[in-house]
Parts: sequence; C-alpha cells; structure tokens
Amino acid sequence: MSDRIFGSILTILALTFFVSATQLESPFFADPLGPKNFPFIVSGAALICSITMIIKPDKDPLWPNVKTLIKLFTALIVLILYAFSLKTFGFLLPTALASAALSYLIQPSIFKSSATGLILSLSLFTIFKFGLGLSLFPFPKFLLG
Amino acid sequence: MELFQNLALGFGIALTLTTLSLAIIGCILGTIIGALPGLGPSNGVAILIPLAFTLELDATQALVLMTSVYYGAMYGGRISSILLNIPGDEPAMMTTLDGYPMAKKGRAGDALVLSGVSSFVGAFLATIGLMLLAPILARVAFYFGPAEYFALYLLAFCTLGGIGAENQAKSAIAVCLGLGISMIGVDNSTGMTRFTGGNLHLYDGVDFLVAIVGLFAVTEIFVFIESRGKDSAIGVKLGKISIPIKDILATKWTMLRATTVGFIAGVLPGAGASLGSFLAYMSEKSLAKEKKTFGTGDIRGVAAPEAGNNAAAGGALVPMLTLGVPGSGTTAVLLALLMTLNITPGPLLFNERPEVVWGLIATLLIANFVLLILNVPLVKVFTKILQVPASFLLPGVAMVSFVGIYSLSGSYFDLLLMIGFGVLGFTLRKLKIPAVPVILGILLGGHMEVSLRRAMVLSNGDWTYLFNSYISVGLWIAAFIGFIAPIFLRSYLKKPTPIG
Repeated sequence: MSDRIFGSILTILALTFFVSATQLESPFFADPLGPKNFPFIVSGAALICSITMIIKPDKDPLWPNVKTLIKLFTALIVLILYAFSLKTFGFLLPTALASAALSYLIQPSIFKSSATGLILSLSLFTIFKFGLGLSLFPFPKFLLG
Repeated sequence: MELFQNLALGFGIALTLTTLSLAIIGCILGTIIGALPGLGPSNGVAILIPLAFTLELDATQALVLMTSVYYGAMYGGRISSILLNIPGDEPAMMTTLDGYPMAKKGRAGDALVLSGVSSFVGAFLATIGLMLLAPILARVAFYFGPAEYFALYLLAFCTLGGIGAENQAKSAIAVCLGLGISMIGVDNSTGMTRFTGGNLHLYDGVDFLVAIVGLFAVTEIFVFIESRGKDSAIGVKLGKISIPIKDILATKWTMLRATTVGFIAGVLPGAGASLGSFLAYMSEKSLAKEKKTFGTGDIRGVAAPEAGNNAAAGGALVPMLTLGVPGSGTTAVLLALLMTLNITPGPLLFNERPEVVWGLIATLLIANFVLLILNVPLVKVFTKILQVPASFLLPGVAMVSFVGIYSLSGSYFDLLLMIGFGVLGFTLRKLKIPAVPVILGILLGGHMEVSLRRAMVLSNGDWTYLFNSYISVGLWIAAFIGFIAPIFLRSYLKKPTPIG
C-alpha cells in the first residue's frame, strides 16, 4: 500500500513536472534540444517507474507506531525551530535547547539531555568560533547591541 | 618514467607540513566516524565538507583532508563490526560474519589487528592500482565527446541503482528525482528559469551540499530516533592486543585475492565498497576446502571482506577522478566537493591540474601507513569511542550539519531545504528506495543535459548521433545490461545475514 501511495504522489509530481515543462518558452535562438526536451524525457521515465510502483508494489515497510511518529514529528519541529532561531537568538541558547531536545527524544532522561545540550553547545561553539573561525554570534544580536 | 615524475610532484606536495597534518587529522577523524555505529563514510564526509570550506583550504588540501576521512572511515568501520556485531558502516557488514564470532571466542584483539592489516593491504595496493590505472583510463577518456559522456552518465545511473536496490523501478525513480531536482534554477544555455515556482532562493538551483547533508545526516537523525539507539548493544571485551603474525601470514593470499576482487568491484561504476567486501568474502568462501568454519570466526572471513572493501574504496576513486563518474556513494560526495571547488574531474584534470591528482595519490600512499598505525597499535583508543551514547552523538551530528550548511550560505532557507531532504531521505529509506542515485542525479543532471544538448547541436538535432561511435554503443549496451542483470542476479547476490 505504501508503495502505491508514494507511486501515486510521484505520478502526480511527474505529470506536474511535464506540464510545467510544456509551458517553458523556447527562445528564438535556442539549441536544437531546447530547455524543454530533457525535462520531458525525465518526466516520462519517472511516470513509467511510478506507475510500475503502483502496479507492482513491494511488501509494506514497518512504519513507526503513533508514539514514535509523534517523536519524529517533534524532532522535525525542533530542527525547523532551530533553523529559524540560529540567526536571531545566537548560537549558544538554540543549540543547547535543540540538542537537549533531540537527546531527550533518543533517551528520555532530563539530566543526561540537559548535560548533552550544555556540553555540545559550549564545546561546538569553541570549536567553530575559535578553531574554525566561523562568524557565529554566541548570544542574541539584540543583547549584543 | 612519466609515472615517477608525477609521483615526485605528488610527494613534493604531500610531504609539506600542512598537507601531511591534514591527512593525519583526516585519518583520525575518519577512523572515529567509521567506528561509530550508524555513521558511515558518506555521512562523515558529507557532514565535514561544509566545514572544510570554512578552513579556506585550496583544492588539493581539501581533497586530501576529505579523502583521508574517507579512507579512515573505511578502516574504522570494522571496529564495531567486530566488537559489537554492528557494522560501523554498510561495507563493514560482511566483517560481522566472522569478526564477531572470533571476538566472542576471546580473540577480539587478534581480529582487530588482522582486519587492520588486511585493510592496509587492500587500501595500499588499491592506491597503487589507482596510480597505474587512472592515467590509462584518463587517456581513453580523451576520445569522449558529448555523445559518449551522455552514454557514460546513463551507465552510471543504470548501474548505481541496479546493484544497490532490490527493485529496479525504485532505483530509476530515485535517479529521476535527482535529475528533476538538478533542473531547478536558471537554465545556463538559454538563461530561462525552470521549475522554481517563482521562488528567488531557487534561482541558483538546489545546492548539492544541502541535498547531500540532508539526505545523509538529517535522515540518520530520524532513523536513530525511530530506533532509539537500539543498536547500542553490549559488546565483547577487548583484552590484550598482540600481533597474530601466524594468522597474518596464513591469510596473505586471501588478502591479495580479496584486494583484486575488491578493486575491480570498486572501479566498476555503481558497485562500490559494499559489493567489494561481499564478493571478496563469497569468493574466498567458495575457494575454501572447509566451508563450515566460515561464520564461526574463520580468520579468512575476517581478512577477506576488510581487504575487499578497502580495495574497493580505492578502486572507486578511479572512475571518479578520470571520468567524473563516481563508483560509490561516498565518491559521489567527494565529487560534490570537487565540483564545489570548481574542479571538473575527467581526463583534463590529469593534464591541467596534475598537482591535485598526484598530490592526492601520494598523500593516500602515506595516509595508509598512518592508518595502519592508528588501527593496529592504537586501536584500543578508538574502541573507547564505541562507548559514546547515541543520545549524545546524534544531537552532535545534527548541530554540526546545521552549522556547516549555515556557514556556507547563511540562509535559513537552505537549512529548511536540508531538513526537507532529511524527511525525503527517511521516507525513501522506509520504502527501500536508494538515496545515492538521487544525489548522483542532482550532481550529474546538469552535465548530462549539457552533453545531450551539445550532441544535438553537433548533429543538428539528429538523435542517431548518440550511437555513432563504438565507445558510445558499448556504453549504451553496458548501461542496458547493468540495469537488467541485477533482476536475474538477485538470488545469487543475496547477502548472508549476520548471526544474532
């Protein structure tokens, strides 16, 4: 079933790709192949393969249970928030929080994950800032002025 | 004579303090990465590439550092295979079959030393093979025109997915995904934007480093959270380390045979180190008179896969450097490094930038001795690394990946894209769709399209031009066979499962 769902998504994707390729305008002095034809070939091949996946699916993989799915989703949110906060809040705080959260998701122990967050944040900052010379801000910009 | 001149040039570069220190650092980092269960050479190299750029190294130095990490990871992969029965990376899978039983018998130290020595034999001889074979292949590649290159890329795509995957349609889908992503951005021939959806961030296309780090490192974080570090099994005690000279001498022919098999598997596009170690093990088992001892701690079963996978790692550099077509996942990542450094691998590289190629080869020859020291007398130090808990390691990997990509572009959009690739990688992993063809598609898609367009310009739109030379026809046939053959070979290539 999973293969069929993914195959269907890919079929739609391949068709969308094909349609948007048809809407590309070839410039007057384009080369014989032009910008459209390679996308046509690739979307054609993708279409054949995704239909094959729908017709001949493999056995379903073992998907994570609801509890694990919630964990994975939490990890995803943590990573997205980390991506957004790095610029605004500086390196130390977001890194400590994000790595503590990820560590907690792998091994739920408040003490161990807090220690992981603290150690990783400080040690990576030292390595990146002073070892590799990256221009990282330790604290939020608005605090540094 | 030319070879010696080139080697002299190479050693002139390799023996400078900076290059040598980078090689040693790379070897240490690589062995650590290889030893850590779950972190393989491709992940390790992928995570470290963005950081290597921040060091502002020149092309040779960056390549030396990353290739040493690659070689180091290939050596280090065996440590957790032997002590924990968990392969440190995929190519080290075969080493669990006899390495772990040998360790359980109280011979863990001997197994580590023997596999360390056979890794050295495999890697060192493969580096010599690379030195001899690469210039010859580079000369052949001079005859390659756009039609031949197009066929060559096709061959790489057909074979890379072919052997790695259980389902050909899925490998092909992965290639198409990669090629589709490679087309996003401004079309260089016409200056038009394609498939950007009007998003300004995508005008430059998708940076392949973002895709690589996402597909390898971020995916690994999700996989680990799913398994919750189940892999951290209790290992066997190491005991005292001594050199089992008798075992080493008894397996000398095994090592040489495995090196040959592994090197050939590495040179073939798409086969890579996993197949190298697999074929080396299986061929040694089929040659042995007494087969029953395999799987119970046979010394040949420890020596063969390690010589095989390290030889394949060296062999995989041959097509990468001479043709620009990687032979494995990690060499695909190394190709990304070269392309970001504005170096186009291929025959011209040998003429125009000999210092890069020969500097690399000479450093690899030296790096092997460094790795021998790290992996035989100092192996005890690296076994300590296995005690690092996953709950500390994985957040570390995540943070290093983020900072690496962030330091390259400074844009949160790239970070989000990287997370997106991580989710894609996790889904692909679940559905058993290989991720390496996606990366190769992103990396080589642009080149493949340019080759096709050039061929069409030269022939004024005549498609038969794609088959107008013996080389291109041969490559088309090889691509076809490479795609079809695994369907028939699947039952033969079934891997034996390690004991629990």
